Amino acid sequence: MQPTNTNANEANYLEYQGKYKGLLGWILSTDHKRIGLLYLYSMMTMFTVGVLLGLAMRFELLAPGKTIMDAQTYNATFTVHGVIMIFMIVVPGLPAVFGNFLLPLMIGAKDVAFPKLNLLSWWLYVAGAFLVLSAVLFGSGTPDTGWTFYAPHSFKSGTNLLPAVFGAFVLGFSSILTGLNFLVTIHRMRCKGMKWIKLPLFVWTLYGTAWIQLLATPIVGITLVLIALERIFGVGIFDPALGGDPVLYQHLFWIYSHPAVYIMILPAMGAISEIIPTFAQKHIFGYKAVIASTMAIAFVGWLVWGHHMFTAGMSGTAQYYFSLLTFIVALPSAVKVFNWVATMYKGSINIQTPFYWAASFIFVFLVGGLSGLVVGSLATDVYLHDTYFVVAHFHYIVFGGTGFAFFAAIHYWFPKIFGRMYDASWANIGWLVFFIGFLALYSPMFYLGMMGMPRRYYDYLEEFHGGNILATLGSWILATGLVIIVANLFRSARHGKKAEANPWHSKTLEWSVPSPPTLENFDNEPVVDENDGPYNY
Amino acid sequence: MEHKIHTVQDHYDPEASKVGMWLFIFTELLLFGGLFIIYSIYRFMNPDAFHLAAGELNSTVGAINTILLLVSSMTIAMSTTALQKDRKGTAIILNEITVMIGIVFLINKYFEWGVKFDHGIWPGSSHLVETMSQGEILFFGLYFIMTGLHALHIIIGLILIVVTIRRIQNGTVHKDRAVLLENAGLYWHLVDVVWIFLFPLFYLIT
Repeated sequence: MQPTNTNANEANYLEYQGKYKGLLGWILSTDHKRIGLLYLYSMMTMFTVGVLLGLAMRFELLAPGKTIMDAQTYNATFTVHGVIMIFMIVVPGLPAVFGNFLLPLMIGAKDVAFPKLNLLSWWLYVAGAFLVLSAVLFGSGTPDTGWTFYAPHSFKSGTNLLPAVFGAFVLGFSSILTGLNFLVTIHRMRCKGMKWIKLPLFVWTLYGTAWIQLLATPIVGITLVLIALERIFGVGIFDPALGGDPVLYQHLFWIYSHPAVYIMILPAMGAISEIIPTFAQKHIFGYKAVIASTMAIAFVGWLVWGHHMFTAGMSGTAQYYFSLLTFIVALPSAVKVFNWVATMYKGSINIQTPFYWAASFIFVFLVGGLSGLVVGSLATDVYLHDTYFVVAHFHYIVFGGTGFAFFAAIHYWFPKIFGRMYDASWANIGWLVFFIGFLALYSPMFYLGMMGMPRRYYDYLEEFHGGNILATLGSWILATGLVIIVANLFRSARHGKKAEANPWHSKTLEWSVPSPPTLENFDNEPVVDENDGPYNY
Repeated sequence: MEHKIHTVQDHYDPEASKVGMWLFIFTELLLFGGLFIIYSIYRFMNPDAFHLAAGELNSTVGAINTILLLVSSMTIAMSTTALQKDRKGTAIILNEITVMIGIVFLINKYFEWGVKFDHGIWPGSSHLVETMSQGEILFFGLYFIMTGLHALHIIIGLILIVVTIRRIQNGTVHKDRAVLLENAGLYWHLVDVVWIFLFPLFYLIT
């Protein structure tokens, strides 16, 4: 048993004994740090399920024809894999875990603006997750539409889609409330002297993300409601037999779901923007440019959804604009990459695990981003649409981008969160194995896509066999790396060396408090001096 | 909306709560916004059918409901002023009037929908699907979804106002701590504004 302490100013948040004991003390806690960890643990559970489904898919694709599952099972597998990974892992990912834990610490506040609402968001997340899982466990078959729930299949399919659609809706609601909470927190709760222009970049990216969460999510919310009504009543909004337009569904879906990829990647970029200056011991290059590019991505990201639908039937004029805007939204991302690299230039680089993750993030993000331009230009997209090239592209961005940043962040802030250091040599081994596995898993897919292998089939022609064997081998290596990383972190959280308050000599506010922080974060409200700054090394 | 920070004795930031409510209203507007986009696209694609179908709706009932909501928006705004002047009783009565008007709105809606059901018109009904054109099917589909979603918001708003009345009665909402009432008012105005757009789009433009 951990020692308990009821003094909010002395006890760290892990040991503090509030109104409730044990598990209840966690799941009813309104402390932003505990809520952040609740998200971390619930996401890890769902991530395990998602990874296992992914491994099963890769195993099926080890050889042409049926290996372990038939076509319908494969369809269900990639659907549930997608729904879990998108709606439960990468969309809430960094904001819900690290945003919750760090936002108040970084701006010098005691908590977020609405702590109870924050707890409600987590409960909604859990409810949404259970709803989606219930679609798998009960009813007439697991959903088989893919995570996009495209009409008309989503209301014609005989599978148990209703709970899955409703679950995605509830998860969206959780995301909206988190965004709302963060926006009010950033506007109202910055400590004295913490001007907008002194905010850490992670906070800025959370700010941009929160606006997208708030304004884009309701659109997919109403679209999912319409799908549900379509299934229950047959209203006809997206049913071509009744005058509806299925392509309209795709528009509405991507009006949210494209901005949603910026919900996934912006906080990841924010975390990288914290880690690189810390380990280069140098002011971030172009602080204002990073902020401007963050807000530019958040804004322009709204206007590019049509690039998911180049082959779905759209006017030529619309296609030109969507393609042009897609190229424009790549610019601020490139600005960030230049800023990160320029920050390292002539810095005194301290190579630690988070830095390895951050550096490899830049690499996979570059590959993922540039391959995005290949499918963002009209002529090449017609050729590559719905092939494995697209699968490679978005796994490089979403898993490579957000995933690598997540692991960078968990190692970087691990001492702050758990008050102990992780075992550095195992962490580095885990990173290396994971990175090799990642490259082996997704790189062949670029090649397979260009050769014409379509996505979403459980079977393929013999000519694609070689690449698929390599990818499946990669999935095993990646899973091994994952096990090493997670086991090391779990072990270190209990037995690691005690961490100092600021082991990386960082300048942001969260490192000025003890590790782990006390319940109220700061004994006295911090004051940011005129000469202080998050990156003044 | 009132939220206390656990250990900080009395963290009360009405400005934050109001900003929070405004942001929530943005979210709500975009929720309806998706439906308004669908409405405008299908109206553009089926102008004649929408013209025909709109003729089926009773614009008198619609107009009465519009007036009701406008008056209720006024009464809840007045109750905020009353509470600011520390006239608790008046504030409660004005809120109760608001609730009553909201309920009358729902009763009207109930009878309006009931008449449609009597004519065999509801989402996916065989009468609708078999005898009417595609544009009319879409019009009535949108009519039921949009007015239904709006009615749901009326119910949520009413619950919020009832909670506010209770809080005024037991003294947790008062002159210097009135943000719950102000937020309930903001939400109620949102419900009103959405209806101001629904009414002409479905009842008046024929």
